[in-house]
Amino acid sequence: MAGLHKSDIKNPVLNWIDTRMPVFTMMEKEYGSFPTPKNFNYFWNFGALAMVTLAIMIVTGIFLAMNYTPNTEMAFDSVQRIMRDVNYGWLIRYVHQNGASMFFIVVYVHIFRGLYYGSYKAPRELLWIIGVALLLAMMATAFMGYVLPWGQMSYWGATVITNLFSAIPLVGTDIVQWLWGGFSVSNPTLNRFFSLHYLMPFVIVGLVFLHVVALHITGSNNPLGIDVKSPQDTLPFHPYYTVKDSVGLCVFLAIFAAIVFFAPNMLGDPNNFIPANPLQTPADIVPEWYFLPFYAILRSVPNKLGGVAMMFGSIAVLFVLPWLDTSRVRSARFRPIYRPLVFVLVAAVVVLGMVGAHRPEGIWVVLGRVATTYYFLHFLVILPALGILEKPLPLPESISNPVLPRRGGGGGPLPGGVPAAPMEKP
Amino acid sequence: MSASTLLRRLLPAAMAASVLLAAPAVRAEEALPHEHWSFSGIFGGLDLAAAQRGFQVYNEVCSSCHSMNLLHYRDLAGIGLTAQQIKDIAASKTVPGPLDDNGDETTRPGTPADVFKAPYKNSKAAGAAFGGAAPPDQSVLLNAREGGADYIYGILTGYVDPPAGFKVPDGLYYNEYMPGHLIHMPQPLHDDQVTYADGTKATVAQMAHDVTTFLYWTSNPEAVTRKRMGVRVVLFLVLMAGLTYTVKRQIWSDVEH
Ligand code: HEC
Ligand code: HEM
Repeated sequence: MAGLHKSDIKNPVLNWIDTRMPVFTMMEKEYGSFPTPKNFNYFWNFGALAMVTLAIMIVTGIFLAMNYTPNTEMAFDSVQRIMRDVNYGWLIRYVHQNGASMFFIVVYVHIFRGLYYGSYKAPRELLWIIGVALLLAMMATAFMGYVLPWGQMSYWGATVITNLFSAIPLVGTDIVQWLWGGFSVSNPTLNRFFSLHYLMPFVIVGLVFLHVVALHITGSNNPLGIDVKSPQDTLPFHPYYTVKDSVGLCVFLAIFAAIVFFAPNMLGDPNNFIPANPLQTPADIVPEWYFLPFYAILRSVPNKLGGVAMMFGSIAVLFVLPWLDTSRVRSARFRPIYRPLVFVLVAAVVVLGMVGAHRPEGIWVVLGRVATTYYFLHFLVILPALGILEKPLPLPESISNPVLPRRGGGGGPLPGGVPAAPMEKP
Repeated sequence: MSASTLLRRLLPAAMAASVLLAAPAVRAEEALPHEHWSFSGIFGGLDLAAAQRGFQVYNEVCSSCHSMNLLHYRDLAGIGLTAQQIKDIAASKTVPGPLDDNGDETTRPGTPADVFKAPYKNSKAAGAAFGGAAPPDQSVLLNAREGGADYIYGILTGYVDPPAGFKVPDGLYYNEYMPGHLIHMPQPLHDDQVTYADGTKATVAQMAHDVTTFLYWTSNPEAVTRKRMGVRVVLFLVLMAGLTYTVKRQIWSDVEH
């Protein structure tokens, strides 16, 4: 329907634009007066933190790309030149390098929030699915980015991971050669990884946009997991949540900065300071920490194809999670059996992370298999069954009138040891 | 050779790696020495005198085997050498010059803009001299080893007699801290090998300490600036967090929940 928009914006210039293209009205509607449940805790900061991190990655990445050379003969040295000869190049690179880790920390917490408070359940299934697609896109981006500095871990990590596709029956070998653009990880591989590493973040931006569109249709979930019933249950996003997100952002940036300035190589592998050498395999090939749980699942299965299938399956179950969980109750607060089991799941993932960092020997093999089994059991057996077996606690009437005591006296809604400040009283 | 046979030849190495069935490499059992370093900690700086003595050790000892391809002589300003000192150091090296009118190679004295002169033409030539184990480039060597400075110091001071019964093959040397205890590098440092201008006694420990300090700087030339900036940035962000939190409490004070 054509027609000018009747804008409420006071400033005449902005009003002129808004009349013809109501972006300011839209921003005001989606981020100004947008009705948001009033009972968020600090777990609800992490989506905003992920967006800021994405912006930081793109900005630093563009500046790195100005000075980076995607050629196997020059890539390693060009990254080192960024560190030494480009003004504040060390800062740009260390922010980008550690930013990838921070991005994953933020997104993993964001996902935990979704699991704990049942944010994936109707009507937010599509929002959740877009989120899992975002996770996959981030993983692909980070994997290809890690290859770019062309150190020993870059090269051997890329070799091991691309080789996984050779497990696919019949066409595996062809797929791997197609990915490589040759018969091994080599210059064409580096070139295409650079190109795709530059492209993917913008795909991520597009997915984030869809994620937010879906969010603003369904509205946010909240720690009680019950629907908004009346305007009393909500607050306008601005200023209440802009300021609350800003608090989290400052804390997050302080931690991020502490790592960048004081321990920039803490999360990196010393082997990546050695230029890639196809003739010399490092004693241990270890992926970046954020891939370790998946790597552990891969290695827990004695059969290669089975391992690859389980590794991809561990993400695939997340896509169908909204239909695996048969309970109608969202928040774990009201699910006496589910609640401890989320923490068991977290423990299993942490154990898998540790298993991934060790050679598959002795106790690590056993731990890896037990944790992998629990991971799949949790999603494929326990969640479907719990909806039937579990008797949920009574749900509060509404967000502004919770029947359960909100805090104190041990009856607090959050279990001890949850790493979030419960909703503070002003 | 067809594509698939080539691939089949290349795959096993990667496969073996991916399953990590390789026999566990022998690890150094010895705990690394714990030296006190001027650059450790978030307020750590850089002992410039030690770094300069360390450069002298690199220049007179290590540089006969190890290259330093990421450094230019001009970079030495970072450890406090003056422009004149840098010019003199560079000029004392002979580096390849432009081709002459007959197309023959020439040489010229180095300038501050030149990359540190490498001892060997290429890594093949370097490897040939040491049974295939080329001395690694030292530009980022300290960051490339688990243990960092303590490890480098350990290697330089770790030449001891092998335990009874331990066979050390020809061309290899016993070192306490090298993984597997066998290293292709002959003990590089001996007491009084260099003469320090500032009168510091050149013991093995002293030289090892100095050259490690220098190698920390070559690996992390930005470290001092970085940490100094970091203290200010983190302090600022923590203050901002406090301030924002106060504003947040203010704004939320009218909300009942
Ligand atoms: C005579 C030639 C020679 C000299 C001089 C020399 N190195 Fe080496 N260095 C080597 C060789 C060869 C290797 C490779 C050893 C191996 O891989 O077994 C090596 C390896 C190293 C390593 C790496 C050990 C590891 O973990 O792989 C360090 C550190 C090192 N040298 C430091 C120094 C320092 C510092 C100096 C100067 C004080 C020095 N080297 C002088 C030949 C030399
Ligand atoms: C989703 C956001 C992104 C993620 C998760 C990500 C992740 C990574 C990672 C893990 C590395 C390796 C870091 C290292 O070891 O140095 C890297 C390197 C790199 N990235 Fe990104 N990146 C992102 C966005 C971008 C963008 C938008 C660009 C360019 C427009 C970019 C350009 C580069 C370049 C040039 C390098 C190589 C230089 C280097 O190694 O420091 N990145 N990235």
